[in-house]
Amino acid sequence: MGEMEQLRKEAESLKDQISAARKAVHDVTLPEIVSGTAVVGRVQLKTRKTLRGHLAKIYAMHWGTDSKLCVSASQDGKLIVWDSYTTNKVHAIPLKSSWVMTCAYAPSGNMVACGGLDNMCSIYNLKGKDGNVKVMRELAAHTGYLSCCRFLNDSEIITSSGDCTCALWDIETGTQKTIFSGHMGDCMSLAVSHDFNMFISGACDYTAKLWDIREGACRQTFGGHESDINAIGFFPNGNAVLTGSDDGTCKMYDLRADQELITYQDPSIMCGVTSLAPSLSGRLILAGYDDFNCNIWDSLKAERVGVLAGHDNRVSCIGVTPDGMAACTGSWDSFLKIWN
Amino acid sequence: MSNNSASSSSSLVIAQKAVKQLRLEASVRRIKVSQAAADLKTFCLQNAHKDPLLIGVPSSDNPFRPPKSCVLF
Repeated sequence: MGEMEQLRKEAESLKDQISAARKAVHDVTLPEIVSGTAVVGRVQLKTRKTLRGHLAKIYAMHWGTDSKLCVSASQDGKLIVWDSYTTNKVHAIPLKSSWVMTCAYAPSGNMVACGGLDNMCSIYNLKGKDGNVKVMRELAAHTGYLSCCRFLNDSEIITSSGDCTCALWDIETGTQKTIFSGHMGDCMSLAVSHDFNMFISGACDYTAKLWDIREGACRQTFGGHESDINAIGFFPNGNAVLTGSDDGTCKMYDLRADQELITYQDPSIMCGVTSLAPSLSGRLILAGYDDFNCNIWDSLKAERVGVLAGHDNRVSCIGVTPDGMAACTGSWDSFLKIWN
Repeated sequence: MSNNSASSSSSLVIAQKAVKQLRLEASVRRIKVSQAAADLKTFCLQNAHKDPLLIGVPSSDNPFRPPKSCVLF
């Protein structure tokens, strides 16, 4: 037997081993565990604020850690930092490239980042001496579009790219400290764990991967989706992963059981999930869809318990404030809405 | 000829990496779904009372909705 053939057989055998090991711990289903728990009552959130100012589709938004300021990115070529309490624009940052797909707020509040079809992640210093917001670094090395970025701190940021890799960057030197390869399709989204030791990525190979940031290694891979994963997030207890896909479903995977626990789906939903965010306790999952709406799911009972209807085009991004007080939706209709 | 052997040896390297990664993932320690699911349920129920989107926000505490007040100058 040639070595390639041997390796192929070993790979198949290992995949079977993983499948069997997952089955072996599958002693009960989530629905059985929560059979005695009542579904949450109908959730009716109202639009409290509308953030107007972008002139084209909004592709991304991210809350600052103060749960008040947020940043949004639009293909009108601007990053806007908003005071969501007053709807005032704190900063309106013109971008070199208008083809932006993602933005991020640093936990410190000192910086924002964005990137897109320019294949770069641009870091902006919000606290410059003369009050002007300037590009601090342009992180260039990806050979595909920048789909998502998240700061670990003021000196490190993680990016995901259409070149099928994710990367950890040293912002000061502008270099990639670690490249995370393994996905067989465009990486579309990433989320960092609360302890900043791990991150998860969702890709067009229909899988989600858990990565150890310092080891540079993929620890676990989760399949089951039947199309691209566009959105990913950690469940608030840090032990589970939520994914949203073009197959119209969201899934929850448990990291410690190493498998899918439940799928959030409805036969009436025939369009892709673009974005998702859990509420503070994790009981609610807000998911944005291609059909202009956001569905609110009871994460334990897997039933739809509410809808955020108010946008006139696709909901492209959604974020819940760190303090859990409100959700923000961003849309191709150029508006952001704050709900609670 | 040298092109063929270069591409076949890189396929070999890729296959070796894939097997190495699968070995790593196979060795993960797994807990029972019953425990994982119970922990998720407990977390949700224990934190429900402080989840504003779940229980609602009184307008006096809602930073996005300043309480209406009548001011007579």
